[in-house]
Amino acid sequence: MLDKDIKFLEESFKKYYFDHFDLIHTHTNPERREFGYQKFNFGMNRHIPIKSDKELHLLLMTNIPSDVYCSNASYLFPNLPMAEKDWQGADLIFDVDAKDLNLPCRINHVCKKCTTCGNVFLQQNECPDCKSTKYETSSALCQNCIAGAKNEIRKLISILTGDLGIKKENIRVYFSGNEGFHVYVSESNYEKLDSRERAELVDYILFKGALPETFGAKKSDFSKSVFSDIDEKGWLGRTSKQVFGSKSNKPKLSKQLISEGYFSFKKKLEDLQKIIGAQIDPNVTIDVHRIFRLAGTINSKSGLSKILCNDLEKFNPGNDACFIDDDKVTILANCPVEFKLKNKKFGPYKKEQVTVPKYAAVYMICKGYATLA
Amino acid sequence: MSNQIITSVLKLGTEEIAKYPFLTEAGNYLKEKGFTLEQFGNDEDLRPIIEIAFQRIETAANGKIFNSDFNVKNLDVEVFSFLVAVILLKQSAMNTLIKRFSLAEARRAEKFLEKDLSDINNKAKEELAIKIIKDLFSMDIHKSDDYFVIPVVDYLKHATHFYEQEWKLVNRLVDNGNVFLTSHETVRLIRKELDNFISSKIHSANIPSIPESFKKSVEALVSLAKKFSVQTVETGESPPCIKHALDVLSKGENLPHSGRFMLATYLLNKGQTIEEIAPLFKNAPDYNEKITLYQLKHLSGVFGSGTKYACPSCDKLKSENLCFAIPECANIINPLQFGRKKIPNA
Ligand code: SF4
Ligand SMILES: [Zn+2]
Ligand SMILES: [Zn+2]
Repeated sequence: MLDKDIKFLEESFKKYYFDHFDLIHTHTNPERREFGYQKFNFGMNRHIPIKSDKELHLLLMTNIPSDVYCSNASYLFPNLPMAEKDWQGADLIFDVDAKDLNLPCRINHVCKKCTTCGNVFLQQNECPDCKSTKYETSSALCQNCIAGAKNEIRKLISILTGDLGIKKENIRVYFSGNEGFHVYVSESNYEKLDSRERAELVDYILFKGALPETFGAKKSDFSKSVFSDIDEKGWLGRTSKQVFGSKSNKPKLSKQLISEGYFSFKKKLEDLQKIIGAQIDPNVTIDVHRIFRLAGTINSKSGLSKILCNDLEKFNPGNDACFIDDDKVTILANCPVEFKLKNKKFGPYKKEQVTVPKYAAVYMICKGYATLA
Repeated sequence: MSNQIITSVLKLGTEEIAKYPFLTEAGNYLKEKGFTLEQFGNDEDLRPIIEIAFQRIETAANGKIFNSDFNVKNLDVEVFSFLVAVILLKQSAMNTLIKRFSLAEARRAEKFLEKDLSDINNKAKEELAIKIIKDLFSMDIHKSDDYFVIPVVDYLKHATHFYEQEWKLVNRLVDNGNVFLTSHETVRLIRKELDNFISSKIHSANIPSIPESFKKSVEALVSLAKKFSVQTVETGESPPCIKHALDVLSKGENLPHSGRFMLATYLLNKGQTIEEIAPLFKNAPDYNEKITLYQLKHLSGVFGSGTKYACPSCDKLKSENLCFAIPECANIINPLQFGRKKIPNA
């Protein structure tokens, strides 16, 4: 990223931080958490102790980070090296990223930025300008992808509350600041689980590793199989509901399943993973030493903020997570897609000089679709 | 919780002690009952107990379970033979026998626990079994209809030790933070811990000095142990999956994360140190010393929860296309077992 762009983003981020201290708080028990941050074009600073909102705000003002993180784990000595921190437990966290859903719309809004000449293009496999095949991708905000991610969050929450017995009030959902959502479970007895145990929870949530026998299949004599009922609890009921639709369909469809055989049923269960399993990123949940983006801070991949979603259904990231002001800024934009922020449409721009509100300028520069003019 | 507390809290009757003799403290129990070890050598009625204790160990060593149906037998003999067996084993210090004995006794207790848990005619038995599981294995368990209900968190703590897929949480009935198990599954879940509990009981048994009359049996145990001690010899060959991974790395090609995970956990479990392993990854296209060390430390359990990661099973590696099985791979379920030959000691 160019120095002038970095300077511009830092100024914009600093103003946001200064104006929105009310949105930016330390995690609960800050003295037990590890904080970290990045600056533009620099690596990660980790193992930082922060004891209060005041200290946090001071760090934001003095360092103007591009991204700020806080551990979901709590430690006795959070500022010491990893091996000496003395792990006490960690909130259960989940990450749903639209990227992982691979929806068909992505081909229309995942832009490719040529690493050789900096050109931005869509769909083609090589840069139309210099023919290079090396590029980085970045996705523009897409309503359909956000809707898809919300749907995964709904599935996740229903598993967390129904199956895992987690109280609704202990679950918080945040917009990640880019293309997905982060979920925190606090004050639950799951805090003490280690990585291996969390991996089992992850497989549960993904509906991964389910055996046909669990749902009533008899391998030795498949025709004797009695499949679980749709009103049963947990995956038994959820699976049957998906397979049979309704109670009255069950006898007929059971016969059909049986005629198709054990392995076809097994395959069916595997295919159901994508449909009834909640598509979470396993690594995030399994890692008990992760530092995770701090709520209220800006995601430098987009210039949008990681923000609490009080009403997930109504949440609209372009409106509700966009906090940069609307001073006019002139940029050189090369943005092959249209996107919407604060209810205003922008783009596409074909290597043209345009004057746009600062929030749109920040968004495009963060995405790599523009530089200051 | 000390065992005396357990016995007094549980108010065990002789029948219960006969089923779960490991709940007592060998030395104290005998003292309380007014017996000395000497009496086992001198007293006509007690002398056979040493012999029975020996048989109990021998049965276990042969992989069988001693008298798990004692309805008609003398309960005191059941208890005493266990206690004397503990004394003999401790005195012999033969680890192979202690291991076999505790596993067999664990399975014996498992049978009783399972039976007691599902004894609908005797609430007290069921409560006792539940209490044993609760107190000994800090598992919060209660009964609901025909199910035994335990919190998901407690389930995971025990079940992650199992390889079999049926123990995966996704293959369990889970609702409102609880897992629903049958009595058989409940008891199976704690077998390993029960086994550990009994063997630690033997290792920590406090036995002052044993009378002459025990010495012959102890010696007999030492020679019995020889028959069962199995020497494992490492052939030193690495399994093909590991060779392949090393090969890829040495060529500077990219090994997927799952392959690195396999290699690192394999070598860590073979006793190599982090410092020995880290350089292997130096050739990888995306090598970063700091990150590699961090990940290795994580795998070796230096951090946090301190669990050392197990090497993935052959099944898992097959599914990840990391397996390159050869005939020597037959009958193993984990690469760590490769090349381990069992040579029984004559
Ligand atoms: S069978 Fe196991 S040991 Fe043999 S190559 Fe496959 S994974 Fe490795
Ligand atoms: Zn180019
Ligand atoms: Zn989309």
